[in-house]
Amino acid sequence: MSVVLYRIDDRLIHGQVVVGWGQRMGIGFIVLVDDGIRANLWEQELYRMGVPGAMDVVFATVAEAAAHAPEWERDPRKGIVLTPDVETMVALCAAVPDVRKVNVGGIHAREGRIERLRYVFLSDGEAAQLKALADRAVEVTAQDLPTTKPVPVVELV
Amino acid sequence: MSELLIGVIVAHTEVAAALLAAVRAIAGEDAGLVAVSNRGCDRPALTRELEAAVGGRSAVVFTDMAGGSCAHTAVALARGRADLKVVTGVNLAMLVDFAFHRDLTVEAAARRAVEVGRTAVGLVER
Repeated sequence: MSVVLYRIDDRLIHGQVVVGWGQRMGIGFIVLVDDGIRANLWEQELYRMGVPGAMDVVFATVAEAAAHAPEWERDPRKGIVLTPDVETMVALCAAVPDVRKVNVGGIHAREGRIERLRYVFLSDGEAAQLKALADRAVEVTAQDLPTTKPVPVVELV
Repeated sequence: MSELLIGVIVAHTEVAAALLAAVRAIAGEDAGLVAVSNRGCDRPALTRELEAAVGGRSAVVFTDMAGGSCAHTAVALARGRADLKVVTGVNLAMLVDFAFHRDLTVEAAARRAVEVGRTAVGLVER
């Protein structure tokens, strides 16, 4: 499997992704799935900033990600697929049934969310969505970095 | 005399506060710098923190790592604004120097900070 991580992270392409996971795991490409950023070239440039030249960055809508997921899975390089929020990851999983593991990497505090871990704040609705994914045999764990212990999402909801 | 520039250090965890403490220890308490941490913040939350720190003044925003969440937030905030300049790769040398050159234009101060910061990085071979 060439996509080694399907990750929810509201900071998107940042240090933990590029360095913490990217360098440690030898990541060759990052896919950012976000309909808004896909339509905004300036935001795309912003998120390319600081990414090493050897790492490709692809921007996709959920529909484009669903269409291209098979080729990303065949890619000889390792890749990370990122979504900014639970809702987008749920939509992606619905469109790409082969996604069997989801990493909750960073969802920060907002009104209506409850702290579940230092880096995971979820509303009851988001927690229920993740639980529903887990109930469909998707392994959903929270883990900010490869060096920390993954926490099954069912322990957080 | 026009108002002096301020500097806002925005960085991961406690880095900004630690750098600010070090600058004050070297240059004095009136260094014109403010520290902001990204701890617990997504981009909208960090944008609010940064806007509050800038407070509508002309500022150089010093960020730790190009491509990090602090730099993303700072660059997005400064977009289209002539009164904000963003410098990445903040180090102590550039901050200490900035404390004594806050009378420059924001553009000149940012360029100077980059030069001083680069000069401060080197390999000591003796």
